[in-house]
Amino acid sequence: MDERSNVPLIEVENLDVRLNTSRGPARAVRGVSFALERGETLGLVGESGCGKSVTALSLMGLLPDSAAVTGSIKLDGDELVGLSDADYCRLRGNRISMIFQEPMTALNPMHTIGNQVAEPLRRHKKYSAAQARRETIALLDRVGLPDPARRVDAYPHQFSGGQRQRITIAMALACEPDVLIADEPTTALDVTIQGQILDLIADLVEERGMSMILISHDLGVIAENVQRMMVMYGGTVVESGPTDEVFRRMGHPYTQGLFRARPKLGARKGTRLKTISGTVPELADLPSGCTFSDRCPLVIDQCRAALPPMVDVGPGHLVRCIRTDVSMAEPVGALTA
Amino acid sequence: MSDPLATAVGLPTAAPPARPATGFWRRALRHRSFVLGGVLVLAVIGSALLSLVWTPWSPYEIDIAAKLKPPSAAHWLGTDSFGRDIVSLLLAGARSTIMVGVIAVSIGLTFGVTLGLIGSAQRGWIEEIIMRFSDFTFAFPAVLSAIMLAAVVGPGMVTSIVAIGIFQIPTLTRLTRGSANAIWAREFVLAARAAGKGRFRITIEHVLPNILSILIVQVTIQFALAILAEAALSYLGLGTQPPQPSWGRMLNDAQMLLFQSPMLAVYPGAAIAIAVLGLNLLGDGLRDLLDPRLARER
Repeated sequence: MDERSNVPLIEVENLDVRLNTSRGPARAVRGVSFALERGETLGLVGESGCGKSVTALSLMGLLPDSAAVTGSIKLDGDELVGLSDADYCRLRGNRISMIFQEPMTALNPMHTIGNQVAEPLRRHKKYSAAQARRETIALLDRVGLPDPARRVDAYPHQFSGGQRQRITIAMALACEPDVLIADEPTTALDVTIQGQILDLIADLVEERGMSMILISHDLGVIAENVQRMMVMYGGTVVESGPTDEVFRRMGHPYTQGLFRARPKLGARKGTRLKTISGTVPELADLPSGCTFSDRCPLVIDQCRAALPPMVDVGPGHLVRCIRTDVSMAEPVGALTA
Repeated sequence: MSDPLATAVGLPTAAPPARPATGFWRRALRHRSFVLGGVLVLAVIGSALLSLVWTPWSPYEIDIAAKLKPPSAAHWLGTDSFGRDIVSLLLAGARSTIMVGVIAVSIGLTFGVTLGLIGSAQRGWIEEIIMRFSDFTFAFPAVLSAIMLAAVVGPGMVTSIVAIGIFQIPTLTRLTRGSANAIWAREFVLAARAAGKGRFRITIEHVLPNILSILIVQVTIQFALAILAEAALSYLGLGTQPPQPSWGRMLNDAQMLLFQSPMLAVYPGAAIAIAVLGLNLLGDGLRDLLDPRLARER
């Protein structure tokens, strides 16, 4: 690995994904580029339909067959786009793992949880049944499932949502992957459990030196759990940078809108929540130019002419907006909250 | 060992590992239509097994002198127009009914489920070809394909088995593909793919077990359809050939004598009805019992 130590673990360049939707072909991801270093954590934030899950699924090679992926995704310098399904199967669960949104449905109701967690171990590491079982019990213990030695033979319906998410985490981490993709891992859980699951994921990521891509629509979750973040809208990255820096000085009107729209504790009763006007456009009919132009309070004609370039506004902080002089004139971010 | 967070996280469900088998039978014996259906089906299977070792009279023995006898101590349900004992014929007829049913449904199941699973796993043009092929087969009624087959290879039990088997394939292909597609869309399949499993293993380990209960229920219905088809083909003279006893043939023979001895038609008709009813009730019961939403013990 020495000769590769200067290569980022994951390097995505100009990723484009076209999906066939009922409304015709849609560019779900448009020219997304980013790099992820070893041990780094990256957050993807945006509304539903902004392309964050599609980006994650294209990293996993799990998009439907009808999806057309162009651009480049490199894992440790090796190209993943166009990889055969058989080759991808060797990577998935082994070097790249994923945790899904719905722990209630991400486990097969017909198999014991022990068998499901042991599966990647037996498959990728060629463990014997006894070895895999021992390792599975250890994993379940590590993710905080009570009494794992006894419950390893239980079925998914005998666990609560939080426990099931712990089980899917154990499953994803079984082979100690290099990258963990967590797609809204806590969205379906009770608020009280969300924090515990996120803490567990953060501990495990740090303990094993993994890289993580955390996908969420919740700015709070992103703020507390990742080193770097990307805000996506309409399939494009509209803002990216170190989490602290982005939260200190939000540059894109969309990021600012998301930030203002969150409910605040201690707000006066009767205060109306701020919203972003309009609705998320269908991917099939996004406006030309800046994808956010139809909903942007600062829009000018030039915005609709062409997709704005990424503008450097701070250390590692990029914003896809030509009006940062106006949007960033008055600071919006954690300091003004 | 148990960390305090975790105990706070989940409901402290200290349930012992599930033992589905015992739970299943306990619930099954309380399910009325399952029990009734099971008893009827077992009665038919029992008759077939019994006929292998014992029948009151030989079902092949013709005794014209004793023809069309009413029920008596010697012939419990009387005799037919050749003087054969009705009870013996019914018992032996159960044999061919079950044999045709089992083999034909096996043919349908083997091909139908395989094709359905392949179509669902592969999608694209492979799925398209399989489904159009199954539409094509679906358009032929069993009777028509049996007549065509009989015209080529001659009538007989094998002809009717093959014809009924082929007729079962498209139904099972469609059902398998439809339910398999629903499973493929589930998140745990995505999770399994994310864990590195290929299409074949997902089909065997995730898709098949999850559609098994649907298939089991459908098999009971297909079996009932096969019995009816066998009876119909034998009645038309395309199925089981004399002297091999069959319920359909008995109906055919009784047809001539419908006004002289109507009961001759009633006995095999009742036997067919019992077998079909039993299978349908059994299928109904199984559907309730195998539904995972109901299968949980409360």
